[in-house]
Amino acid sequence: MRKDGRQVERLQLPFRVAFHISMQSVRIRFWRSVITAAGTVLGIAFLVSVLTAMMIQRNSGAITDPSERYRMTWLVIMSLLVCLVGITNAMLMSVTERYKEIGTMKCLGAYDIFIVELFFIESALVGLIASVIGWFLGVFAVVLIKLFSDGFKVFGWISLGEIFLYLILSIVIGTLLSVIATIIPAQVAARMPAAAALRVEV
Amino acid sequence: MAVQPQTNQTSATGTEYIVRCKDVVKEYMMGTQVVRALNGVTLDIVRGEYLSIMGPSGSGKSTLFNMIGGLDKPTSGSVFINDVDMAQLDAQELAFLRCRTIGYIFQTFNLIPVMTALENVMLPMIFGGLSTDEAIDRGIELLKLVGLGERLHHKPNELSGGQQQRVAIARALANNPQIILADEPTGNLDLRTGKEIIELLRQLNKEQGVTIISATHDLKMVDVSDRIVWIRDGRIDRVEERAAVEVRVGDVEGTPG
Repeated sequence: MRKDGRQVERLQLPFRVAFHISMQSVRIRFWRSVITAAGTVLGIAFLVSVLTAMMIQRNSGAITDPSERYRMTWLVIMSLLVCLVGITNAMLMSVTERYKEIGTMKCLGAYDIFIVELFFIESALVGLIASVIGWFLGVFAVVLIKLFSDGFKVFGWISLGEIFLYLILSIVIGTLLSVIATIIPAQVAARMPAAAALRVEV
Repeated sequence: MAVQPQTNQTSATGTEYIVRCKDVVKEYMMGTQVVRALNGVTLDIVRGEYLSIMGPSGSGKSTLFNMIGGLDKPTSGSVFINDVDMAQLDAQELAFLRCRTIGYIFQTFNLIPVMTALENVMLPMIFGGLSTDEAIDRGIELLKLVGLGERLHHKPNELSGGQQQRVAIARALANNPQIILADEPTGNLDLRTGKEIIELLRQLNKEQGVTIISATHDLKMVDVSDRIVWIRDGRIDRVEERAAVEVRVGDVEGTPG
């Protein structure tokens, strides 16, 4: 084709179609998605719970130890890293489960980049939903604990504006975390040969 | 969109070859040992014929099939599709070839599980640049052609094996391919459904003029094939025309594989 000087037409996967496939994939493989999401949910819940607890403490007028701040930052970063590895692992398993599907798509003409795109959209979707759940759990847990220890005056120490800011922060960090964790699995998927479609388990 | 270039070179005898394999050798590394899966296969496939590749497992049948389908590259020798050497194509050109020139049918049907029957048939057309409306129209038309006009919006797990294979055939036809490659298309189907699928393939071969190349050890295929290529130990054991085969089915029944 190219050698004969004939122009090769570019194949395409419109975003709308890719988004539809990825969303269906999350829906139908619900439990697999839950496992992937669990990492993000836990990581974000921890981050938000630390932030919320610090906010309540600050607003209650209690004196905070500055070294405590560093310790908590360190813990949050470590927990997010652990989540990253967890999501990567879950996504890698998901890729190996889908070798036949990926191979088939390639037999139908999919470029490597289409496969990468599908996995990224999927992980961004899962990351987004997981972040919101994680945010809710984090806030809910801390408020509940403080309610038990300090009673109803806790509500006076909560700034709703900050809680909302945490939601935005959670979505940004959670989605990013999920997408970064998918870089390697998506590459593994994209390298899957088209011939994988013909493999038959014995 | 669906027009195919018909500018194939013809050989001196006037026969049009759609696929030509020349001294194809394929070696695999198994640990430290070199295993020769194909040992110099030369085979010309005529446009519009129904060809079956038969042979026991481990004979190199699947390897040859993968070479013809652009799924694997030979260690030496060359495979030409429409007189284009497959070894010269880059990844994007291969993807284009798979999308437009070849339709694949698999033993395990391989429908995308998250998509409906219609969406599965539409996917190669979307890749090929058709608008959604055009793809829907052609998808419905193709599903009707394979007898599934009533099951457009069913997911693969809501369809029987035979129905799934029909969807797969419709999908393989999506971009008007010149070749349909069928890998054991009846391997996961019962006798009667398998027969129906074979008849459908034969009908498409006759009506649409699409070349069908099938790797199989289903002897029901023998009845409809124009030619049967028997592979043994990485070489072509013999090639039989249909007329000659029909009388011989009795002997063949007992061979392994």
